[in-house]
Amino acid sequence: MTGNTEWPLWEVFVRARRGLTHTHAGSLHAPDAELALRNARDLYTRRGEGISLWVVPSAAITASSPDEKDPFFEPAGDKPYRHPTFYEIPEGVQHL
Amino acid sequence: MATATVDHATAFDAAVAADERIEPRDWMPDAYRATLVRQIAQHAHSEIIGMQPEANWITRAPSLRRKAILIAKVQDEAGHGLYLYSAAETLGTSRDELLDKLHTGRQKYSSIFNYPTLTWADVGAIGWLVDGAAITNQVPLCRCSYGPYARAMVRICKEESFHQRQGYESLLALSRGTPAQHAMAQDAVDRWWWPSLMMFGPPDDASAHSAQSMAWKIKRHSNDDLRQRFVDICVPQAESLGLTLPDPDLVWNESRGHHDFGPIDWTEFQQVLKGNGPCNEQRITQRRTAHDEGAWVREAAAAHAAKHRSSTSNGSDSSGSGSGSTSQGEESA
Repeated sequence: MTGNTEWPLWEVFVRARRGLTHTHAGSLHAPDAELALRNARDLYTRRGEGISLWVVPSAAITASSPDEKDPFFEPAGDKPYRHPTFYEIPEGVQHL
Repeated sequence: MATATVDHATAFDAAVAADERIEPRDWMPDAYRATLVRQIAQHAHSEIIGMQPEANWITRAPSLRRKAILIAKVQDEAGHGLYLYSAAETLGTSRDELLDKLHTGRQKYSSIFNYPTLTWADVGAIGWLVDGAAITNQVPLCRCSYGPYARAMVRICKEESFHQRQGYESLLALSRGTPAQHAMAQDAVDRWWWPSLMMFGPPDDASAHSAQSMAWKIKRHSNDDLRQRFVDICVPQAESLGLTLPDPDLVWNESRGHHDFGPIDWTEFQQVLKGNGPCNEQRITQRRTAHDEGAWVREAAAAHAAKHRSSTSNGSDSSGSGSGSTSQGEESA
């Protein structure tokens, strides 16, 4: 069997229970979305790990590049005033 | 360009030194990548080939309870293989390439699976000893420096614990059963003990890849350290089973705080590795046959998917959809 028959890759996201977001669990190969869901159920929820699944073609994901991670995320680096701990509050002041 | 590589190498070394994880699209040394592909592929192949010796007993399991457990365990092994193939694919190899290398003998699987499962008790012994040795090996891999491999190992270790416990329980039932059942359990332990110790690989001074893998934090402990840990764990477990381990030299060494044990027959290990074990031929033949006989299913599913795609896209530019995925794998994005 050569490469031209290989099924596309899918990323699998599992919602563990109500109230939680879907979280990336891993990936798998499947010929189409319907079978990707079935394979995801068999591969990632054999022990009741989820109540809802998403499958997304890996090729459809756009990602930031690790090479530019410093400049790309830099704008947040020099803004400590976005955190509550930046501010000095007199001792004894409550509910703040 | 040269400076960029030096920067990358420094960043890689710093991340490893700081116990951070290396992720798929990070720069990494070629040898690091090659080592991981070799190790993860071998690990994945072991899970898949490892289904065979146990599946051998599914139809003859002594009760419905044992049968359901064994089916679930063999299904888990398939799942573990798939987690690991996905992790290997993040390093730029493809699933087809990995399977092809297994089928043509260019990548190996653990030599333990080249031993036969002669009796029902072997299923218990595999769970207790083979999975026990695997867990001892795998728990430190949960902290491996390569992210996708470490994450796959976390999932696998969680599931592996049931494998070992069911094996132990099954052996215990036999050991406490009739004299014939007890003898069968003892015979299985006698045959699986030494091959299980070999699963940790050659002694440290003869292990080709150990030192570099430890420097890269792919490996966290040496082969001999892990083997010693396993022996120390097994001795009291064997006592509770009412079974003995087949090693006359096995004795507690007060000064070392460990059990001493007899010499391992590394010529046997090398022979099995070279393909001369009892079941090498059978295992790989069965794997190739299963793959070949499943070809029509894979092709039919792909054809169905292609047909469905072209009928739902109204014929407008369906050529690029789906089949051209980048195949970079888990979290490549």
